[in-house]
Amino acid sequence: MNAAAPMSDDLRTLYQEIILDHGKNPRNAHLIAEHTCKAQGNNPMCGDRVTVTAKVAQDQVQDIGFEGKGCAISIASASMMTDALKGQSLETAEKLFAAVQELCTGKSDATQIKTRFGADFETTVERLASLSGVSQFPVRVKCATLPWHALMSCLQGNGETTTEKP
Amino acid sequence: MTALAKTKTPAFDVAKIRTDFPILSRTVHGKPLVYLDSAASAQKPQAVIDAITRAYTQDYANVHRGAYYLSETSTAAYEAAREKVRAFINAKSLSEVVFTKGATEAINLVAATYGRKFLKAGDEIVLTAVEHHSNIVPWQLLRDAVGCELKIVPVNLDGSIDVAEFAKVIGPRTKLVAIAHVSNVLGTVLPVREIADLAHAAGAKIILDGCQGIVHQHVDVQALGCDFYVFSGHKLYGPTGIGVLWARAELLDAMPPYQGGGDMIDSVTFAKTTWAPAPAKFEAGTPPIVQAIGLGAAIDYLNSIDRAAAAAHEDTLLRYAMTSLAQIPGMKLIGTARHKAAVQSFVMEGAHPHDLATVLDRSGVCVRAGHHCAQPLMEILGVSATTRASFAIYNTMDEVDALVTALRRAQEVLL
Repeated sequence: MNAAAPMSDDLRTLYQEIILDHGKNPRNAHLIAEHTCKAQGNNPMCGDRVTVTAKVAQDQVQDIGFEGKGCAISIASASMMTDALKGQSLETAEKLFAAVQELCTGKSDATQIKTRFGADFETTVERLASLSGVSQFPVRVKCATLPWHALMSCLQGNGETTTEKP
Repeated sequence: MTALAKTKTPAFDVAKIRTDFPILSRTVHGKPLVYLDSAASAQKPQAVIDAITRAYTQDYANVHRGAYYLSETSTAAYEAAREKVRAFINAKSLSEVVFTKGATEAINLVAATYGRKFLKAGDEIVLTAVEHHSNIVPWQLLRDAVGCELKIVPVNLDGSIDVAEFAKVIGPRTKLVAIAHVSNVLGTVLPVREIADLAHAAGAKIILDGCQGIVHQHVDVQALGCDFYVFSGHKLYGPTGIGVLWARAELLDAMPPYQGGGDMIDSVTFAKTTWAPAPAKFEAGTPPIVQAIGLGAAIDYLNSIDRAAAAAHEDTLLRYAMTSLAQIPGMKLIGTARHKAAVQSFVMEGAHPHDLATVLDRSGVCVRAGHHCAQPLMEILGVSATTRASFAIYNTMDEVDALVTALRRAQEVLL
């Protein structure tokens, strides 16, 4: 229906197949029982919440899972985040956090981030770059970055964070 | 939509009303603006915009101070706005009308002055499960300060609230009943007169959060039987930064000042200061002068239209929206009480409210998504968020159709 009004390109970019897939069928959507760290992220503006648990040993994220209530963007972001982080070093986790922030705010594009991370991360970066659609929707940037803020809080042992943090 | 629906409420010329609101002719993302978020903040008629412009370009000076012409005209316009509010809500006297920066400040004022003076440990404040955060948090702050308790009257799944539940909760320890006149999430119109009678029978006072109530129906504070009534200007087609606290004169007289400063004193020495009588006692500092004048203009505007016909028009929109929305697959309406104002929340299977609102926005349709500053209610309803469409005097049946079309399109994008 409504053939007269085709979907705008930025909507198509925002809600591309991979986002909808991860939003509906999130990966690692469970808390890790034997976690070494745990943190909750809240978006007080909309009530979205995500809890991230991780098992970290030898500076490596050995297992990671999340539980959350939120929109397709925030759940997809959490899902892709846990997929990307499993088995990675804490240093890489921090670098990916920065990369996602840049992608979501339009500071860097996928090509720039790919160059930064090299061939080993091509698939990971490509997947995370699907979140960059939010850069055209300023109020939705927080949806995409909420799980990542919770992740950093988790890895740094801070317990709780909100999107309202500077 | 049906021809019948289109010809309903012929007494109300919505096309004419729409020409009074300049913003309604703009487009959003290349689509005609369909503004369905008036419960968050209403658009402004040209008359309000003009009154604000006139005040700043012609009549502006501080009020209650200067012995010169402009200060006199500014003061007269500010106080004329107070009289417009008084008449609009049928308050007994001008001294019962206190200007605040909004309904939130008005509730905080009552909590900080009346509450701290008259409530003590063991006393109870009765709220409902549907309250806005602004009618919860000020009472929690009071509770933490004086040790009183909060009692919550439950809401039924359809959004209605039974007077009988109030009868169970209100008791000898109840000192205050603080409830919404109309729920901002569910649209439910609370039976406030009956609740007021129960409160008074128990020796308690009742404060009504009228933010949504005064928008959709004529409010007579004396007939409602309440002790305090608060509302915001910006939801009533007026400017932001202005709200009203109405309270019975004897209550305002007994209440200590809210803030200290200029304009609220009788005389000041370093040893002792005496207060001006209400309303000045509660209006420390330079007040929102032009905002009050703008609110007065909004009231003039509402007085110039047939408000009963406007209310009937809003009700027609609501009923049409409820019927149309219910036909969308996976749709669940939230708030279907029999007595309700033109506010409709809903959830749609597989589509989170924020995603819906984003997609709808690209069709020019503005709706509110989220917890609506009523997180306790969301928890009771078992949802983390809802989408809410709210209807005002300027909305049309075609806009309801636009909402439904946009929602169906959103399903194509999101499902």
